[in-house]
Amino acid sequence: MNKNIKFVQGNEAVVEASVYAGLNFFAGYPITPSSEIAELLAKRLPEIGGKFIQMEDEIASLCAIIGASLTGNKVMTATSGPGFSLMQEALGYAIMAEIPCVIVNVMRGGPSTGIPTHGSQADVNQARWGTHGDHAIVALTASNHQDIFEVTVTAYNLAETYRTPVILLLDEVVGHMRERLAIPEKGELPLVERLRTSVKEGVDYHPYLPREDGRLPMSDFGGVHRYNVTGLYHDMWGFPSSEPRVVHGLIRHLVDKIENRVNKLARYKEFFLEDAQIVFLSYGSAARSALHVVKNRRSRGERLGLLELQTLWPFPGEIVRERCAGSKAVIVVEHNMGQVMQSVKMAVDDPERVFLANRIDGTFITPTDIMNILRLIQGKGV
Amino acid sequence: MSINNYLRERFFPHLWCAGCGHGIVLNGLLRAIEQLGLSKNEIVMVSGIGCSARISGYVDVHTLHTIHGRALAFATGVKISRPELKVIVPMGDGDALAIGGNHFIHAARRNIDITAIVMNNRIYGMTGGQFSPLSGYGIRATTAPYENVDPAFDVVELAKAAGATFVARTTAYHTKQISDFVKKAILHKGFSVLEIMAQCPTHFGRKNKEGSAVDMMNLFKERTTPIGSKAKQENPDLIERGIFLQSLRPEYCEEYDKVIERATGGQ
Repeated sequence: MNKNIKFVQGNEAVVEASVYAGLNFFAGYPITPSSEIAELLAKRLPEIGGKFIQMEDEIASLCAIIGASLTGNKVMTATSGPGFSLMQEALGYAIMAEIPCVIVNVMRGGPSTGIPTHGSQADVNQARWGTHGDHAIVALTASNHQDIFEVTVTAYNLAETYRTPVILLLDEVVGHMRERLAIPEKGELPLVERLRTSVKEGVDYHPYLPREDGRLPMSDFGGVHRYNVTGLYHDMWGFPSSEPRVVHGLIRHLVDKIENRVNKLARYKEFFLEDAQIVFLSYGSAARSALHVVKNRRSRGERLGLLELQTLWPFPGEIVRERCAGSKAVIVVEHNMGQVMQSVKMAVDDPERVFLANRIDGTFITPTDIMNILRLIQGKGV
Repeated sequence: MSINNYLRERFFPHLWCAGCGHGIVLNGLLRAIEQLGLSKNEIVMVSGIGCSARISGYVDVHTLHTIHGRALAFATGVKISRPELKVIVPMGDGDALAIGGNHFIHAARRNIDITAIVMNNRIYGMTGGQFSPLSGYGIRATTAPYENVDPAFDVVELAKAAGATFVARTTAYHTKQISDFVKKAILHKGFSVLEIMAQCPTHFGRKNKEGSAVDMMNLFKERTTPIGSKAKQENPDLIERGIFLQSLRPEYCEEYDKVIERATGGQ
């Protein structure tokens, strides 16, 4: 096959995948380390008849893509920690109003301005709970550019399927690193197009009445169905309601449509887990070092394995529990103070056997760092 | 067509207080839409949060009731993705110019073809009567019990300076002028700002002893005057009504079409 091979940054892989998935509207605001996504789309989108707009801040960026999604477009914005913080209210709006959109957060170290040009994975829990109120969220990640491509396409597919914002949590290391990317042929990866209502003009259309399969067919703004969209609790017409039955039904719907599909939404990769005595659990750039250690020590007979998560939310607890069940220890490798480790401890049978291998100084965790922690856990000394 | 055809009567009664000026704004808006003969399917109304923002729910067009202050940002996404749609953004004074001030000036700077209506009752009504950036010095509000020391914005001057190309002001007393100005604002190519002074007898009127809704509307009559009138020269405190600016400047969506042309080499 005559593949289109590129040597690109991870941020560029997001752009390539977005164009492949059918992105036609992007709004954003410059911020390190995500700016390349905006820069590349400012060039690419008008070439393919799409639209790019640089907004006055990140709040406006997410608001603008929600507006453009309602007129029938596949939409994305990209940012980093401070911008992601600003987006939290509009993120909740997209959850409540069920607007398909993709939000990329190329993570830097925080809090506040933090360390903009260095890597971190410290926004994992912000992605889960950053916006107020009970809710469910989908957040995906990847450790290499080929996977970033696939996961990005998946993000659009899930957003359209479940009418929900999907967060793509990359980190500075994969965002800025350059490596090989083979762009799949058209049709090689499945694409989900928006489900539009078959209700005819003049017939009462209920934008917020789920079908039997739970999906809600949409109607583009500017089309023949006129309805209300709001961030308030609302009835099947989208009109505000504070009736307990309506409120309860909607919050259950919003949470259940995602939490009831945890296993279906789970994307992960397994390396040598069959007989692993020690399981590394990692994601994003940190998983690269973990995989290096696993392969290196395997060649010397140590029974190590790696479970690499690509779906961080909803957290695939059952899968994590099963894959870790036979091991003596689980070592979570991540660039934060143990955000995913908390979820792993809640998922596994023996939380006492879950350890953390991390770096929180802005530098990338190396195989040597992981080896040192592994030796301590094994009681072999550093 | 009767203006009732533009209402979603299913959702009535509305939630505005008796005597509220927002219903008069709604009336003027619907008459303007009717007189222009616009199709309901070609109009998108985007609003933020507050008493004013609830206007969108009652109108039978595509309606987007968003979050506080951000209506113009949502509207920008709607408009640039579907420039053929008429986008109308009714906002309250706090919504448009406190929390939404940044989006207001940037939408004006871009001169994007959106009709922004500031329903100015000089108070946060929904939350119980706090002062807004349009309340002005010396006003009483629940958060200004000893009289307000915050000066007010002049919406007209702000909109002009930020780059809006249609700027007008009227009041809930001058109902025919409302529909006339809304029509002109919708037809104008570019960012239009229409300030409509509307009474809030429940909060502003009560705190500032301005009397009933009728009394407050009479004050709009007494305290305003057409632009450049003799009365204004004699009494500089009068607030001017009318169209302050109607000019042409490249519109944002049309400019972006040129970007697409340049990017595709005109193909």
